[in-house]
Amino acid sequence: MTLHEYLQFVILPIMALSAILIFVRFLMGPSLSDRVVALDLLITTAIGTISVFAVIFNEKDYLDVAIILALIAFLTTVAFAYYIEKQKKR
Amino acid sequence: MDYVIMVVITFGALFVLLAAIGIVRMPDLYLRISVTTKAATLGVGMILIAAAVYFGEASMTTRALAIVFFLLLTAPVAAHLIGKASYFVGIPLWRKTVLDDLKDSEDTHSLLGIDEEDEDADKKDDSQKPESEV
Repeated sequence: MTLHEYLQFVILPIMALSAILIFVRFLMGPSLSDRVVALDLLITTAIGTISVFAVIFNEKDYLDVAIILALIAFLTTVAFAYYIEKQKKR
Repeated sequence: MDYVIMVVITFGALFVLLAAIGIVRMPDLYLRISVTTKAATLGVGMILIAAAVYFGEASMTTRALAIVFFLLLTAPVAAHLIGKASYFVGIPLWRKTVLDDLKDSEDTHSLLGIDEEDEDADKKDDSQKPESEV
């Protein structure tokens, strides 16, 4: 089994299964904070999946997308935390 | 060299899967935040390091290390921000929680940075019991 077959048939299903599980929490989440945490973890998982895709397709530019996603994940979490704090005031 | 990449990327994917199971199974928001900020960061970092070993160039290694460094830098900050905001909004803790250092703190508004001129007393009362059961 070569490296690319191993990545496609073993690693990618594991990543897809974890993405599905996180999405279950994203749908279930009792509060808004649960959904924000699930969204953050979903984007982090997407960074890992994009790295696996970069190795599979031997494409170097995919890691740039991962950098942008890491930036956006931090920004969304900080923004949601700010507005959850503001929510209490009214 | 392929086997090294396989082993490292397998451990990374397993850590991401553990984080996903943890965010579904954990009973509490704060435990879920704990799972998110540790296991997933380690798993994604291992996958990125494996990708850097696969490409074996200076530019790709720099990019992978930049992403890992950024994740390690921002994950605790984001977890702390969302946890603090959720606690003072009133998300309940797990009923088996042993230690709650902020339970008796009266100055939650100064911690939040909110001025309390327009706060009613009853609103303050019902929002300061985050330890109540679900």
